[in-house]
Amino acid sequence: MQLAKVIGDVVSTRKDDNLVSMKLLVLQPIGADGSAVGRTLVATDAVGAGVGETVFFVRGKEASFPFYPTEVPTDAGVVGIVDHYDVEPSART
Amino acid sequence: MQICRVIGTVVATQKHRKFEGAKLLLVQPVTLDDQPRGTVLLAVDSVGAGVHEKVLVVIEGRAAGDALGRKAAPVDAAVIGIVDSMDVHE
Repeated sequence: MQLAKVIGDVVSTRKDDNLVSMKLLVLQPIGADGSAVGRTLVATDAVGAGVGETVFFVRGKEASFPFYPTEVPTDAGVVGIVDHYDVEPSART
Repeated sequence: MQICRVIGTVVATQKHRKFEGAKLLLVQPVTLDDQPRGTVLLAVDSVGAGVHEKVLVVIEGRAAGDALGRKAAPVDAAVIGIVDSMDVHE
């Protein structure tokens, strides 16, 4: 999994039937110091996250597991909302 | 598998139910000579690792789910061992 900041959402009317009523969030992955790392991506939401929150997300087929037995065609999914995280000082670079 | 160093912990109240009771660790992948490499990952802990320990991490869904001991858990990384020592001859 990876930490990310929710920076937006996506509205799509015409999409795969198994994506109907799914919330799609725009994520910016972040590092241990909270700074942006890597490219933004769109992820399905399994926990009710919203814009501005820090979340963690899973990549790959496992992103569809929260919606089992529906086979949702997703490759990234938010699976938790972060309350807080602690990083040892020497790694906070 | 990947050698990582545990650099922190994460607390999340609202999460998928398959994560309940699981410990979440922030891990930094490291090279053989202990230099940080790539981005920090979040992994579930199945061995009781702590901050600053060097650990073995699987970064693949099925293996991570097995480590957690739960079927169809939406996880893609798990700490599956604590490294005591490592010998590299090259």
